[in-house]
Amino acid sequence: MISAKSPEQNHLIIASGPHLRDHRTTTYIMGNVLIALLPIVVATAYIFGCRVFLSTAVAAITAILSEFLIQKAMKREQTIQNLSCLVTAVILVLNLPIDFPLWQLIIGTIFAIIVVKAAFGGLGQNFANPAVTTRIVLVSAFASSFAKNTEPLARALNFSNSALDSIAGSTIDSSSGATVLVLLKSGTHPDELRTLRDLFFGIQKTTAIGETCAIAILLGGLYLLFKKIIKWHIPVSYIGTVAILSFLFGGFDMQFMLYHLFSGGLLFGAFFMATDYATSPLTDKGKIVFGIGLGILTSIIRFWSNLPEGVSFSILTMNILTPHIDRFTKEKPFGTE
Amino acid sequence: MNKSKEVFFQGLIKENPIFRLVLGMCSSLAVSSTMIASLGMGISVIFVLVLSNIVISSLRKVIPDTVRIPAFITVIAGFVTIVQLLLKAYLLEINNMLGVYLPLIVVNCIILGRAEAFAAKNSIGYAALDGLGMGIGYTTALLSISFIRELFGFGSIFGIQIIPEEYTILIFTLPTGGFLVLGFLMAVWNKLATLQGKPKATLNCHACPVAGHCGEGLIRLQKSEEVQLKSETKKIDAKGDKADKPDKAEKLGEPEKLDKPKKTDEPEKLGEPEKLDKPKKTDETEKLEISNNNNEKNLRINTEKEKKQ
Repeated sequence: MISAKSPEQNHLIIASGPHLRDHRTTTYIMGNVLIALLPIVVATAYIFGCRVFLSTAVAAITAILSEFLIQKAMKREQTIQNLSCLVTAVILVLNLPIDFPLWQLIIGTIFAIIVVKAAFGGLGQNFANPAVTTRIVLVSAFASSFAKNTEPLARALNFSNSALDSIAGSTIDSSSGATVLVLLKSGTHPDELRTLRDLFFGIQKTTAIGETCAIAILLGGLYLLFKKIIKWHIPVSYIGTVAILSFLFGGFDMQFMLYHLFSGGLLFGAFFMATDYATSPLTDKGKIVFGIGLGILTSIIRFWSNLPEGVSFSILTMNILTPHIDRFTKEKPFGTE
Repeated sequence: MNKSKEVFFQGLIKENPIFRLVLGMCSSLAVSSTMIASLGMGISVIFVLVLSNIVISSLRKVIPDTVRIPAFITVIAGFVTIVQLLLKAYLLEINNMLGVYLPLIVVNCIILGRAEAFAAKNSIGYAALDGLGMGIGYTTALLSISFIRELFGFGSIFGIQIIPEEYTILIFTLPTGGFLVLGFLMAVWNKLATLQGKPKATLNCHACPVAGHCGEGLIRLQKSEEVQLKSETKKIDAKGDKADKPDKAEKLGEPEKLDKPKKTDEPEKLGEPEKLDKPKKTDETEKLEISNNNNEKNLRINTEKEKKQ
């Protein structure tokens, strides 16, 4: 900080770049992300039940407390007011099943804040997205809690069915067991699945509650784009790559491609988790490389691995590669050829 | 007496093989999911480490320098075979638990590292103490890792159930959990070992390949010299005959290891270990020149390169 010692010194401020500063603060950005997450939380509560509010509250309180305590313990500047821990908590809850045990949720939140974020230097220094990493850790720590798929509530099914009846009179059995991606993987033809309309409204079985309602995610994502919180590069290149690859490898089947786009965590991951500032490349070119890498990895995991879904693993992998992408896509200053 | 104490205790905390030297990772991560396996591994390593240190130390004048590594490995492999046969005969269960990691003690970095860094240069008594200290340090580290992993992963300690099974955390039993716990304990250990400030003088900086790159490299390097010379220099201090310089230079170190000092003021510095505890930066280059030990040549070149850069 520049201390004002005498009046004339006050006018001679010598500082290193950047000299142009954005008025937007971390609090503003994180607050907007929270606003963008709101429609997803509401849609999730409607489709899967109001327990999501309880989980969110528990995760938020845990996140604030652990952030406060770790910053105190590490003698760092207090950072709870920038809301980043709340964003982590909400995204984490949306990445978990609806009836995820609360004590496991608390362990996960503490892990996200203290191990993934604070241990590497706090917000902006973490090499991986806290929510994604924590989801992966929780999957391997409490596999049994993820084994059961979350079912949509009856009211959501009724809503969807009545809407469907008016169109096609469809009577598809909702409790067919596995998630859409698992069925697709086992070779089920898209025609036998619930309709795309259901996928679009999020009326589907899932393990991560927040990733189903495509319309809410698109709403939140467009809000972030409109507010210029995120750039279009990562979501567009990510979703585009998955679309092209699933079109090519799905036998040029448009329906197959759309099912791959609207099921699983692709949209949610593309808009809310891959665009994390600290863990994605800085330049626009780098962001596109990042998105294409994500798309290729996600498609590889979906088509040729044992797992039905690979959004979180591909985001974590590309997070690790981010410094290298940054190094290769750095803009050369003018005149330094 | 003082030196033997230091030799013994450095393996426990300051130079703990797992948490501070980061040696023997493979076996320690593999067997540390249960405490019984860790204890079995720890005791086997103590046995091999102490005995191979004793044998290598007693043969240190016989083994030619050029073939020392094969010679060390042969000695170590002999003791590992003894342990393996003993476990197979009397404790088959532990032998099965440790599996391939028991014969792999042969290539465990700790044992070869101690042979190379310590036993091949020191007398039998010190080598045995060093092996015991390092072995106990390894066992302590292994037991503390496996305590956390078994408690949270299986809910038990030494096989006795403490936490009900539905509250266990699967990840602790997986290799991932091993890495996580190791990282956390390493952080705690580093905090403990550096509570009193910067790293203290060590016996082994001259055997450490990264000493030259280490933040405290120069000071450590020269301090390690000081520790080696401590016992001899104290005698000289007591006599107080500082006038007789060439005589002192011979006493200061083993003649084949230490060249005669070129500068006149060096013997005085070497004669006062208290001063060396807090070396000034200007002294570092001079003191570095003293260390003409063959093993340190590379290090010195490294540090000089760094300076040039």
